[in-house]
This record gives sequence, structure tokens and C-alpha cells, in this order.
Amino acid sequence: MQACAPTPPPATPSRRHARREDRLMLALAAPAALVVLLLLVLPMAWLFAQSFYDGGFTLQHYRRIFTERIYFDTFALTFRISVATTLLALLLGYPVAYAAARLPQRWRLVVLGLVLVPFWTSVLVRAYAWLILLQRTGVVNKGLQAAGLIDSPLPLVHNELGTMIGTLHILLPFMILPLYATMQKIPHDLLMAGSSLGGSPAHVFRRVFLPLSLPGIVAGCTMVFVLCLGFYITPELLGGGKTIMVSMVVSRNVELYNQWGAASAVSVVLLACVFAIFALIGRFLPLERVVAPR
Amino acid sequence: MAARQYQRIAAAVLGAAASTAALAAGQITFVSQGGAWQEAQTQGILEPAAKQLGITIRQDSAPDAWPMIKTQGETGKPVWDVVDTPTVNCLRGGKAGLIETLDYGKLPNAKPMPAAYKSPYSVAYEFYSSVLAYSKDTYKTNPPSTWADFWDVKKYPGHRSLRNHPLATLEAALMADGVAPDKLYPLDVDRAFRKLEEIKPYITVWWTSGGQSAQLLHDGEVDMIMAWNGRVSDLIKSGANVAYTYNQGVLQSTHLCILKNSPNLETAHAFVNAAISPELQANIPLSIDYGPGNPEAFKTGKIPAARTQELPSAPENAARQALMAYEWWTSPEGEAAEKRWLAFMQSK
Repeated sequence: MQACAPTPPPATPSRRHARREDRLMLALAAPAALVVLLLLVLPMAWLFAQSFYDGGFTLQHYRRIFTERIYFDTFALTFRISVATTLLALLLGYPVAYAAARLPQRWRLVVLGLVLVPFWTSVLVRAYAWLILLQRTGVVNKGLQAAGLIDSPLPLVHNELGTMIGTLHILLPFMILPLYATMQKIPHDLLMAGSSLGGSPAHVFRRVFLPLSLPGIVAGCTMVFVLCLGFYITPELLGGGKTIMVSMVVSRNVELYNQWGAASAVSVVLLACVFAIFALIGRFLPLERVVAPR
Repeated sequence: MAARQYQRIAAAVLGAAASTAALAAGQITFVSQGGAWQEAQTQGILEPAAKQLGITIRQDSAPDAWPMIKTQGETGKPVWDVVDTPTVNCLRGGKAGLIETLDYGKLPNAKPMPAAYKSPYSVAYEFYSSVLAYSKDTYKTNPPSTWADFWDVKKYPGHRSLRNHPLATLEAALMADGVAPDKLYPLDVDRAFRKLEEIKPYITVWWTSGGQSAQLLHDGEVDMIMAWNGRVSDLIKSGANVAYTYNQGVLQSTHLCILKNSPNLETAHAFVNAAISPELQANIPLSIDYGPGNPEAFKTGKIPAARTQELPSAPENAARQALMAYEWWTSPEGEAAEKRWLAFMQSK
């Protein structure tokens, strides 16, 4: 009988050590986990519960979202602007990150500094700055008119275009920084090896550098896209009131309906969309690598 | 001797206790919208009222008080007592049980005020107006003076802006369509939106904040705008070549209301009564471009005649405007109209 009882594997010192280390790591993570639980998970659970509540259980908030056309239009517009902004940010951000990663230390600091300075300026201030630049009587239109390039001012702001310019400017660092972090870690030797094996610069870039920078691309795109989905001040100020994004509908629903449920439901649907996108990305790339590119 | 000393100490302790109790009762938290308006009130109304009543007034500010009113009302233990907020919030909150019903017996100063300036839950505190403003550079002679002119894109070419909100905008649309300012309510919502569809392609910007509306007119981004009178008069004072008319303006107000279950209900009533007294009300226009909520203020002699002319609630100006019916806007029809706005804005 005694022979049948599974004998616990002898706890070797190294295994015991590992277990102790695990516990220590858990203890270290506990405060942060607690903060996340209290300030993020619980409020979100409350938000979720509210979206089904109107004096009792109800699905009316969701019914409204799926039956009234404005909600569909708003989500469609928000996703369109987010996709376009993400692609433009990648197009503009990739060369900057590439340059920063390949430049000598001194110039690298200059480039990263230029990326970060606007990052430290308030979103509101930057929206107003764009207004001054882009409006009918703004610097850009006046300049183009003075140069004789256009006869009448171009509608650069108070529309979708203005919203995208302002949003793109604010989100660019979120694309450049993860890209830079990934590119910086690509060993130069690999590129040299590619060249020495006869690859043209374009070929080496396409076959070696680009695939290795992929985690940065995914990380940057994910961040820009998700942040863009929730943008509020910029479309409010630069969209001329005609560019209605999801966050604006959330805020307006708090005013319009006498409960939080109407606004909560919109947020829950947006959140579900974000989770769906993450799940999709997770199928192509392990999320670990997206969050912490190596 | 010792006994007498004890008595004295006891009396002193009791007295101190009594005075702290009085102090606790004589304390309210007053909330307004911050900025220049809250500063003007601090001097003109809050400090004199605190002195008059011997109470302490703590201040808080919230540019948008509604979410807070809702949250505090639902907890049943409000931190705020008296709130100065757009009238729509008072009525909506009152109907939802978040705002106390006022005891007008304790508000003798409200007695001479017109019935339209009072509601079961709130009383008029100050008036502002949504007016037609324009650039004098663009319209030198014969400037636009009615909403029909605003809608007339042939006679008055130029860029236009309206507020991104149905309140006052639907009223303007109906006046543009020929409805008299005193015959607006109940609003013909379908007719108003039809009229708005007409002007929609010509609206460059639907503004959301007062600051934005001023900037649009100041920078020449638009030539004509519906904006709040105080914002336009600030521009005029700063030297901008713009003007406005009270003709067909929409007279709007903020009201004072008391949060449901306010722990200082008595003091709150006493404060509201003092705040709407003609004497203190007359202080408002001396430092800011808002009109007193109590018209009796114009009879105190404190407001110079030249100043009276500039104020939205001066009897002469009020007569040329439409008085917003908040009762209608908080009715089911009004709320439906508000919900329809978003769909209107989004349709191409």
C-alpha cells in the first residue's frame, strides 16, 4: 500500500528556490495587480453591469445601438478614421524610427527628442495650434494663397481631414517609439551577413530587416489604432461638429439619457471591438511579443 | 467658589458647543461653473450673502454639473447643497428626484419674479442670450438682424456657424421659418429640422464650446454665428470688429437649485433667498455681461441706464427675444428632439 502512494518528488534545492522566487515575484506584482483590480477591473465590471440596467435588467441600450443608424455610422466612421490614421502613422513613423535606430548616438537623441517634445504638450493646446494653422484664415491657407498656388482657401479643418491631421500628429510617437525599440535591437551583423551573401540593400531590407521589425510594427499599429478609437478632444475641436466619433456619442449619451446605461453600452461595444481586434492580432503574433517586443 | 468656576467652565463649554452647532448649520457648499463667472459671483453675491446671513459658503465648480448631480443624488448623501446650473439640469433633476422641491414660503424675494422665471425645483439666477453675431468687416451696411437673414445665403453670402446643440438652435430655425418669438412652444420639431437641413450645407462649423465660438468669429473663420452674448461682447471689448443684436435672441438662464437630501436645507433656502435679492442680483452686471435673474434688480438704481441697455434680461431687450421654455425641453417631446440632434448631425 505504501508502495502505491505516489511519492512526492524530492524537493531539490533549486526547485525550492524557484518556487520561492515565484512567490516573491507574485508578491512584487501584488500592489500593481491590486491597483489594476480596484481602479480598472472593478469599474469596468460596474460599467458592464450598468449597460444592462434601467431600473431592472434590460437589453434596450444594446437594442438601440444595433437598431439606430447613427450608432452604426459612428462606429464605421471611427474605424475608418482609426485605420487610416494607423496606416499613415506607420508610413510616416517607420522611416523616422529607422533613421533614429541607425543614426550615431548624438543624432539619435536629436531625432528622438523631436519626436518626444510634442508628446509633452497638452492635447488641447495642440488641437488649437492645428486650428490656427489649418483654418480658412490660417497660416497654411494664407501662405498658399500668397504663393499663388490656390485662389480660395482649402477646407483643411472642421472636417474629417482636419481630425485626421490632428490625431495623426498626437499619435505618431506611439508608433515611432515601439518601432524604434524593436529596430534598435536588430543586430547589425545580420544585415552585414545578408549583404555579404550578395543581397542588394532593398533585398536585405525586405528579407531581413522588415521581418525582424514586424513585432514593432504590430505593437505600434495596435497602440495607435486602439488609442485612436477613443479619441475625443481632437475630433471635437477639429471635426467641425460633423465628425462624430464613438467617444463623443458616449459623452452625449450621458447627457441625453437619464442613466449611465446608455453610455456604458456604447463603451462596452467599443471595448468588445478592441478585444476582438486583439484576439485577431494574437492569432498572427503572440501577444507577449506585441506588448514587450524583444 | 470652585462650584462657581465649574459652572462657568460648563457654560463656556456649552456655549462653544452651541456655537459650533450653529456654525455647522450655517454652512453650505455652493457650486457654479468656474471661470470669470464664479469669480464675479464670489465678489458680488457669495461674500455679501455669507456676511448677511452669518454663514460659511464653501465653493466648488463644475463646468458640467449634471453627471455630479446625478451621482450625488443617487447616493442620497450629497456633498453639494446649492448648485448654479443651466435650468434644464434643475428641471430634469427635479423630475428624476435628484433635486429638492423649493419651499417658496422661505423665498420671499422670489415673489415679485415672473412665473416663467421660476419652477418647482429652481429659481432664475442669471440670464444670458444666444444672439445673432456677425463680422462688421463682411457686412458693413445693412447687417443681418433676423434668423431669416441668417438663412438667406443669397442676400448675405458668407461662412456661418451654429452651436452643435439643439437648444436655441431649433428656436432660431423656427424663427427663420416665420414663427413669432412668443409663439414658439411647443416647438414644431419636424419643421425646425426641415429648416435646419436647408442651412446645413452652409454651416462651416458646429461649435461646441463658448471659447470656440468666439475664436471662430474673431479669426474671421465665419462671418455670422449664433453665440452667447457675453462671448461676443468680450470680443468687442478686445477690439474685434464684430457686432450682435438681441433681436430674436433666445433668452436662456441658469437657475439655483438644492440637491435632494441636502444636509443644510434650511441654510440653503436662506442662501438662495439672499442670492436672488434685488440688491445682490444688481451686482451681477456690474462685473460680468450677464443679466440678473430677478428683474427687480433693475429697480434698485445700482445698474446705470447705459449698462441696462446692454443686458440680455433688461426688460426692453427681453421683449425682443424668445424666452426659452425649459419645461418643454425637459418634456418627452423635448428629450426626443434632443436625441434626434445627433442623427441630424451625422446624416450627410
